[in-house]
Amino acid sequence: MSADLNIILPEILLALFAIFALLGGVYTGKDGVASTLVWLTSAAMVALAAWIGLTGTGTNVAFNGMFSDDGFSRFAKVVILLSTAAVLIMGEGYMNKRGLLRFEYPILVALSVVGMMMMVSASDLMALYMGLELQSLALYVVASLRRDSARSTEAGLKYFVLGALSSGILLYGASLIYGYAGTTLFSGIIQTAVHGDVSVGLLFGLIFVISGMAFKVSAVPFHMWTPDVYEGAPTPITAFFATAPKVAAMGLFARVMHDAFGNAIPDWQQVIALISLLSMFLGAVAAIGQTNIKRLMAYSSIAHMGYALMGLAAGTALGVEAMLVYMTIYVTMNIGTFAFILSMEKGGQPVTDIASLNMYAKAQPGRAFAMLILLFSLAGVPPMLGFFGKLYVLRAAYDAGLAWLAIAGVIASVIGAFYYLRIVFFMYFGEEQAEGLDASKSTILWGFLMASAGIMVFGIINMFGVEPAATAAAAALVN
Amino acid sequence: MDNLLSIVTFIPAVAALIMAVFLRGDDEAARKNAKWIALFATSATFFVSLFILAGFDRNNTDFQMVEDATWLMGLQYKMGVDGISILFVLLATFMMPLVIAASWNVETRVKEYMIAFLMLETLMLGVFMALDLVLFYVFFEAGLIPMFLIIGIWGGANRIYASFKFFLYTFLGSVLMLIAMVAMFADAGTTDIAKLLVHEFSYGSFDLLGIHIVGGMQTLMFLAFFASFAVKMPMWPVHTWLPDAHVQAPTAGSIVLAAILLKMGGYGFLRFSLPMFPVGSDVLAPTVLWMSAIAIVYTSLVALVQQDMKKLIAYSSVAHMGFVTMGIFAANQQGIDGAIFQMISHGFISGALFLCVGVIYDRMHTREIDAYGGLVNRMPAYAMIFMFFTMANVGLPGTSGFVGEFLTLVAVFKVNTWVAAVATSGVVFSAAYALWLYRRVVMGDLIKESLKSITDMGTRERVIFAPLVVMTILLGVYPALVLDIIGPSVTALVTNYETALAAADAVSQAASQ
Repeated sequence: MSADLNIILPEILLALFAIFALLGGVYTGKDGVASTLVWLTSAAMVALAAWIGLTGTGTNVAFNGMFSDDGFSRFAKVVILLSTAAVLIMGEGYMNKRGLLRFEYPILVALSVVGMMMMVSASDLMALYMGLELQSLALYVVASLRRDSARSTEAGLKYFVLGALSSGILLYGASLIYGYAGTTLFSGIIQTAVHGDVSVGLLFGLIFVISGMAFKVSAVPFHMWTPDVYEGAPTPITAFFATAPKVAAMGLFARVMHDAFGNAIPDWQQVIALISLLSMFLGAVAAIGQTNIKRLMAYSSIAHMGYALMGLAAGTALGVEAMLVYMTIYVTMNIGTFAFILSMEKGGQPVTDIASLNMYAKAQPGRAFAMLILLFSLAGVPPMLGFFGKLYVLRAAYDAGLAWLAIAGVIASVIGAFYYLRIVFFMYFGEEQAEGLDASKSTILWGFLMASAGIMVFGIINMFGVEPAATAAAAALVN
Repeated sequence: MDNLLSIVTFIPAVAALIMAVFLRGDDEAARKNAKWIALFATSATFFVSLFILAGFDRNNTDFQMVEDATWLMGLQYKMGVDGISILFVLLATFMMPLVIAASWNVETRVKEYMIAFLMLETLMLGVFMALDLVLFYVFFEAGLIPMFLIIGIWGGANRIYASFKFFLYTFLGSVLMLIAMVAMFADAGTTDIAKLLVHEFSYGSFDLLGIHIVGGMQTLMFLAFFASFAVKMPMWPVHTWLPDAHVQAPTAGSIVLAAILLKMGGYGFLRFSLPMFPVGSDVLAPTVLWMSAIAIVYTSLVALVQQDMKKLIAYSSVAHMGFVTMGIFAANQQGIDGAIFQMISHGFISGALFLCVGVIYDRMHTREIDAYGGLVNRMPAYAMIFMFFTMANVGLPGTSGFVGEFLTLVAVFKVNTWVAAVATSGVVFSAAYALWLYRRVVMGDLIKESLKSITDMGTRERVIFAPLVVMTILLGVYPALVLDIIGPSVTALVTNYETALAAADAVSQAASQ
């Protein structure tokens, strides 16, 4: 038993941290300590990430195979923890300024991260559901953090209702799988689900589970909630939604597909390829008409999930590796982009209208240039790192015989390039207007923006060593 | 110097970085500094690039001065030059100082302007030196970003449409090439161009979606690369982005576009399509030849009716690029010699022509042909220079324009007489539009009131034209200067191509028996 607890120690520590922080918050200055808590939570997450990343070795299974700590889960956990820490620090100034910084906020985020860590380590349908719900419930609450705003509560409610529906679907699928496989353990399911010999019930269960997870990664056709939630939630929370939960959900997706259904790849490959295709095209086309940068980023994230799913659809170790690399790059780009969006203010009020960026390059050449790099990276134009992410998944898809998906993917990327260029157009080509955006003074946001842009340019030299780690992680999952 | 090629490639980028970090403010002094730094950096690049020429062994057909380092995903950072690429490198380094000098009048956002051009130079040089598929693609595509900004920020009235069209059109062309590159990587297990050149890609015919594809994979890959290079070149009928981009781009942007960027397409055909997919090339060569012939005649006729000087020259560029593709896909020694020669010579001539337009545009701020007339009365020196380059553009013997056209026509005559006949008529049309343009702009009486006070070219403008005139004449009377350098590599290319085709032929004959 204590060996089991040792394996799950990072999750326990983070959960304990959240509980004690909650107690501390309640018994002390309440929202007065929120700022400190944000920094403490971030520090705890960075420390955990360092610990997991530097000391974790091998594959350790706990609780009779319900929880596995392997290279794959460690890779995902490090990305989740670091990106959450970054998003927390980035949002602190914004939340503080608008009186949104309640002490529950970092605690809820920490709890949802515990859920995410469970998700990427889950090797059992029950553990999977537990992690997923812990994550989701915390997210529903933070989405409606701004209680006095109709939009924010609407976002929270929409997210909750649709999220509950998808959880229900997933649970239904899980029960079917249990019924036909006779076990909830992935290691048991994989024995039953062998291609050519998959029972209809198991197949139905698989489809329901995929649907539930597609909702969590906001893949088409389960994407409808994304733009509304992104727009309605306060920007720092949108930034959070766009990063860590996506990694966790993709991690979970990959784990279920390979750990539980790794012997039935042809049975799910076409399904994933199709939702990947739809996501890429819908994300690219629907973003064109957007005038709100947060909605635009929502569609952009749908498209990016499509590319990440392309890696998963390959059904190979290279595919998982590509997916992990892609998600890491995606998260890094999004942190920079949201640091930029957070700094968009006019007269002290946040603005999200793309047109307000008119001639931003003239007033703020440095920030505009960094954003330019990020936008081209998001569009997948070389030499930015975003291109290499795309190249990775294209290669994986082609090698797996999905050449048609790769071709569709690059065509979608051309369509998608248009709306990123539109932002560049406003920043650089537009006409000068009387009142531009405020000159942002936040050095933290500046730092994140510049760091992210710098990574996009200089990362092409060796990706800062992410590549071998992703290879090892993929090898741990697919064998 | 082991890293000579990388040094040449990255001098402009380093200068751009220095400018971005250290140059502050937007006053007169800062602008001047930006211009001088850019001029110095591009001149230094040209100077250092002469060492490449000095160290180049022209009888060696392998890649030379190779640099090789491992990179991401099993890719390589590999650079090198051979007889085919070295002159493009020199063309780019030669033109860039002139381009910067031609931009001396730019007054808005000078620092960003110079940074964009310097970055563009690095990326263009990288294209011609890269010996790794993906590295090539990175340089090839990245060039879109500075060019997009150059057109979009410093362009004319309709610049936004032009910049988006330029970007998306060329981007769409290139992504299919990316898929083909991924396929090549999967097939050959390497992205090293030197190894891919000797790798045999499968050419067994098969059916795809009910279509019988002769030449199999090679044909498909050829088409994917063709989509990219034909747009870049640009070939009829995917040339429509070029007139828009040219018209809206600032003078310097047009020069870079015409003189160097278009050559990437031709270089791509020579580096990838022909040697790597010989069977695919052979299958589609007749189509390409006819497309080239149509391009030459059609765009010459379109040029005839243009009202806008830049648009006219842009169409003339498309026509001249038609000679290039024709030469390349004639696939014999004269053809490829002529194609490379034509590209180099067109770099000088079209650059100079856009500069000619720039000279009067700077004074009158219009490119309408009707707004001019009788310039010879006020601008004798300009009239002479313009005359010279008009003649060179037409392909007058004694100028470099003649050699390339002649060689490609001879080459294609051997392969397909009809195409040669059609294309030759294009030469006549090109004389028609060029001379007519010249007559309307320069000759006649000076009756327009606004032109009465126009001044002739200043010293700076004369200095910019001087090297272009020298090169045009030099290559015109002594083409061996170019042909000696490219000859051995072209011979090797043609020999390999023919050997590969003969081998494929033998295989198919053995199969049919």
